[in-house]
Amino acid sequence: MLEFIQQLVNGLSLGAIYALIALGYTMVYGIIKLINFAHGDIMMVGGFVGFFSLTVFKTNIVVAMIAAMLTCAILGILIEKVAYRPLRNSTRIAALITAIGVSFFLEYVTIFLLGPSQRVFPDTAFPIKAYNIAGLSILNKDVFVVVSAVVLMLILQYIIKWTKTGKAMRAVSLDQEAAVLMGISVDKTISITFAIGSALAAAAGVMYGVYYSTVNPLMGIIPGLKAFVAAVLGGIGIIPGAMVGGFVMGLLETMVSGYGNSLYRDAVAFGVLILILLIKPTGLFGRDTGEKV
Amino acid sequence: MKKNSRKKIAVLIIMAFMLAIVAGCGGEAKDTGDKAGDKAEMINVGINVELSGGVASYGTNAKDGALLAIEQINASGGVLGMQLNPVVKDCKSTADEAMSISAALVGENIVAQIGPLTSGDVAGSTPIMMDNKIPLIAPAATASNVTVDDKTGKTNEYIFRVCFIDPFQGTLMAQFAADNLKAKNAVIYADTSTDYGKGLAEYFKKTFGEKGGTIVGEEGYVKDDRDFRATLTKIKGMNPDFIYVPGYYQEVAPLIKQARELGITVPIGGGDGWDSPDMVSVAGNEALNNTYFTNHYSSQDTDPNIVKFVEAYKAKYNKEPDAFAALGYDAIQLMVQGLKDAQAADPVKLAAALAKIKDFEGITGKMSIDEKHNPVKAGVIIEFKDGAQVMNTRIQP
Repeated sequence: MLEFIQQLVNGLSLGAIYALIALGYTMVYGIIKLINFAHGDIMMVGGFVGFFSLTVFKTNIVVAMIAAMLTCAILGILIEKVAYRPLRNSTRIAALITAIGVSFFLEYVTIFLLGPSQRVFPDTAFPIKAYNIAGLSILNKDVFVVVSAVVLMLILQYIIKWTKTGKAMRAVSLDQEAAVLMGISVDKTISITFAIGSALAAAAGVMYGVYYSTVNPLMGIIPGLKAFVAAVLGGIGIIPGAMVGGFVMGLLETMVSGYGNSLYRDAVAFGVLILILLIKPTGLFGRDTGEKV
Repeated sequence: MKKNSRKKIAVLIIMAFMLAIVAGCGGEAKDTGDKAGDKAEMINVGINVELSGGVASYGTNAKDGALLAIEQINASGGVLGMQLNPVVKDCKSTADEAMSISAALVGENIVAQIGPLTSGDVAGSTPIMMDNKIPLIAPAATASNVTVDDKTGKTNEYIFRVCFIDPFQGTLMAQFAADNLKAKNAVIYADTSTDYGKGLAEYFKKTFGEKGGTIVGEEGYVKDDRDFRATLTKIKGMNPDFIYVPGYYQEVAPLIKQARELGITVPIGGGDGWDSPDMVSVAGNEALNNTYFTNHYSSQDTDPNIVKFVEAYKAKYNKEPDAFAALGYDAIQLMVQGLKDAQAADPVKLAAALAKIKDFEGITGKMSIDEKHNPVKAGVIIEFKDGAQVMNTRIQP
């Protein structure tokens, strides 16, 4: 029983990281219907900005995270301007392939500039405390990622539901042309969407670095893919769906490793993607009609 | 008209090439001529190593070790009444270059070739050595197919090595776990995405079983995994008294850190893939206490032969000898033993003698060459103590 609860804790903290990445994924998809495969790599850039902020400028973790989020917000706007905007009226497959291109571009430019080896996050950035409750091991960083994932989701939900920008985003998501007629600047709204999505990825990148102690130029690939599965599982474009999808993925992987065979973990994770696409392509929270985001 | 001028240019270029080739040949011929003339009573030893390129440090250190051995042997009167003459060439860390260097060395009447260091470069050099029936002694090529032909499964008659093959580290660690740590129930948690991890795990399992231990669980992870807590929690429930984690430091370091965070305090062991400063910076000093890995050699060894070697090496090069330097040194010593056994400076007789070597005392341990030309030899156990690598013991198979 104790082992089971420990596995729940493991699954929740892993799921929180997936959820954090999935939030940005699903938001960008919700607004412009683009699966931004470069999302995982923006997360990697965020991780590196956080790393340099901590080691070179000796800032604390909060400043590092804000620096990473700002840098990546600008990077996100730039990527959208340069890579995606010229393709806005072309086929979706063209935009998707461009996204994969951007992903490779970010990975290999980072390798070119910084080298392929991993960098070690200074452990003074986030002193680890372990709480042992009746044999259960819970770390302060577990609590930190779960809480920040939930908080960021709530903030995001607030922005989209209750602010003017959010209203504009929903309008653009529903019908771009009609939004223009209503006096909404589509370009500006999409830029803001990318800025927020990339900032979320950066936050996830810094947390990933803190959690697993290292950053490397290819670290975004696997978490990015898993987060994509999580977003699809919850219903891509739906923010609470990404959150739930992330936690379900984390728990599922943990339970497969913990009670099944550790080698089937990834097979199960991606098997879920296939099943969802076959049975309920709109995801757990998806509806066939109605508003998304 | 235009066609004509193009032709002229082509002819000119070809002539330039031919000139260059002829000039190159001339230079080399002169070179060998000098050596053959001046040093008739010399045994030429080819040293074909990586002095530049990706693994330049491996080759440079092995060459330094080999040259130290040759210097010492020559100072004490040489072999069979003759002096050893090293012919050092750089294979630039590529298999192609290793091959052409070997071809050049064959032209210098070498009795044996030492190097290259990596398994891939040795593979480049192998066909030339086999065709010319000259032994190649690889200091550090650890892939199992170096000395064995992949297609036929036959041992390559002229290819030898002085290092143990990767999976053999599993055997050494199993012995250490069973005999020194008195472990009874072990769990294997291997990197199943590499031959390295799988090979070490397989040998560990076999030997640990023979020693009367039980493998209570076998788990796996793949390259680039960073979260191991689910499997570690499961392993904790199995109550092992030893965990074997053959893999590379990128994954092993966070794995050990997470294991200690989950309250797993039992000893953890692995192979030379752990040997990186990143282990300490990622996992931390405390988490690494009570962890051990196998390696070829340690410069901290208190064995008198090693102490003597370390002192001589430091005096000559003003740096600490690493495993490559020690293996380069041993490659020459093994060759000398072979020459003494063969009683002739003849490559074919040398190969036959090398294949029969038993209980040769090298710096990296006592070794016997088995039927696959792999040495059965000792390794060392390195322990992490408060962030420092400390030699624990030497394990004799």
